[in-house]
Amino acid sequence: MPVHDHLAVRERGGVRPQPIFSDHGRVLRNDHVAGEYWHMELEVPNGMADAAPGQFYQMMCESRATSGPMPFLRRPMSIYHFDRQRRRLEFLYKITGLGTTALAQYRCGDLLGLVGPLGVGFRLQELWKHILIVARGVGLATLAPLAEAAHQHGIRSTVILSARSPDLLLSKDRFLKNGAAVSVIVDTDRSSDVENVERLIRGFHAAYPFDAFFTCGSNRLLKLLKTLSRELNVSGQVAIEQQMACGLGMCFCCVRPIERGGRIEQLRVCHDGPVFALEEVNSW
Amino acid sequence: MVNMAVKIGSLTLQNPIMPGSGCCSDEIDRVYDVTQLGAFVPKSIEIVPREGNPVPRVAETPQGLLNSIGLPTYGLPYFLQHQLPVYLRFGIPIVVSVSAGTAEEFASICRQVSLPGVAGIEINISCPNKEEGGRAFAMGADSTLRVVKAIREATSKPIWAKLTPNTGDIAEVAVAAEAGGADALVVANTFLGMAIDTETFRPKLGNITGGLSGPAIKPIVVRMVYQCAQAVRIPIIASGGIMNAADVVEYMAAGASAAQVGTANFLDPAVMPKILSDLRKFCQDRGFGNVTELIGRTLRLEPATTLVA
Repeated sequence: MPVHDHLAVRERGGVRPQPIFSDHGRVLRNDHVAGEYWHMELEVPNGMADAAPGQFYQMMCESRATSGPMPFLRRPMSIYHFDRQRRRLEFLYKITGLGTTALAQYRCGDLLGLVGPLGVGFRLQELWKHILIVARGVGLATLAPLAEAAHQHGIRSTVILSARSPDLLLSKDRFLKNGAAVSVIVDTDRSSDVENVERLIRGFHAAYPFDAFFTCGSNRLLKLLKTLSRELNVSGQVAIEQQMACGLGMCFCCVRPIERGGRIEQLRVCHDGPVFALEEVNSW
Repeated sequence: MVNMAVKIGSLTLQNPIMPGSGCCSDEIDRVYDVTQLGAFVPKSIEIVPREGNPVPRVAETPQGLLNSIGLPTYGLPYFLQHQLPVYLRFGIPIVVSVSAGTAEEFASICRQVSLPGVAGIEINISCPNKEEGGRAFAMGADSTLRVVKAIREATSKPIWAKLTPNTGDIAEVAVAAEAGGADALVVANTFLGMAIDTETFRPKLGNITGGLSGPAIKPIVVRMVYQCAQAVRIPIIASGGIMNAADVVEYMAAGASAAQVGTANFLDPAVMPKILSDLRKFCQDRGFGNVTELIGRTLRLEPATTLVA
């Protein structure tokens, strides 16, 4: 894309800044999946889908309603799946407010304004052999591209999927497709109790030690992984959320207290995250 | 071909489009080549680091954005060492925005940022004045005159005074800023506002009140630019709800020489190059060879005659 030619001369220390696109994607499908969950697939301009797991896009969710409140700002949405070659982006989202309600009204063929890819995603290390992915609710969507990337790098994923009920375990097949060993835990049979999750993780780790922990979507799971990470000496990463305005690190509205270099700093979730090291993030 | 260059005092800008302070950082260069802008105004800095306000820091309102970011700053030494060099490398005029709690602090920070390569200094005198119980400097003509005078003695760089709209008579404040030695005015900062969540009855902002920006405020700021343009001789840079080129044309017709785009960058980070090309096209279509032909057009017109029914 010509608008990003200048980034070649912005290289510092051999690192070229990642381009950010502001354009439109064409909706290929936008289907209700289960509960309040919807699944959207888009075809995007060349280069826009060149993302990393854990990154996100800002969506211009324009309401079709002729009256009532309208979303003014964009809405951040983490990527469920990206495909550079086929120029595809997928999002799995839950209707929670004005923006996502408007998003669910988009139909096949509609154009959706997108800005991205944005933020710092998950990092995988070449020498790793086995990672643990623990996710709950819509956090499952955020971690699905990580399992895919791990699979491509020959890293095995053990995945614990947590949800209110079995019908809300939306991405199980995605994880299985990427060679992950998947355990399902739900509230309805109390298998999602934190004691049970801890027992599962300790068991998996004893059988085949983890090189890293990854989580998203639950404060309880974050707390548990922070404890186990310290005790078992396994590093970890967590993707977190915060209300955003610009999504690029310009407005400073999405700060969260992050423990870095021995002190608490108000860091921007959109720019310094949304993925942080487990030990940097305090549960809330 | 349209000549898009404008003059802000002694400073010539290649075009009248620049970001409003606090609404863009160097990250915008990852979206488009930032060197096509007329100037760049980074986020306001203060001498000492400051964390900013509690979250939530923004709330949506109809066609507007209420914010209480609270001027978080890494402080002057960090800015000079790590941020300013990045901006200066872009090669377009960098106008450093500064904020302070007293006239003396303002003079001090302005002296310290008066460095080679810095094109000018925007003084955020819409911020609270510690010596006047937190009332913004630019709420009154006297406090404006005092602070601008103190800054004028501290620097020979062009001074852009950013005025607050939260005052009874902005033209009076504009005159005071001009008398104090400002080279240009930025009209205006955000309107003090508040929003309440009707589920919880709590204020939507962590700081309770905040500044309103976006299209909702534009007609009021157009009026303010129009009034200030009649009261002062120094150039005015308009700032208030600019979303597109038509908004820039409106402000320039009201008397502005340039325009700052703020909130619109949050909705579309690629908005400024689009405004720039649409503005050029507007001039072309209307047969204006220079964008400066737009400045103050409305001021020179006779008032519209009463419509006959």
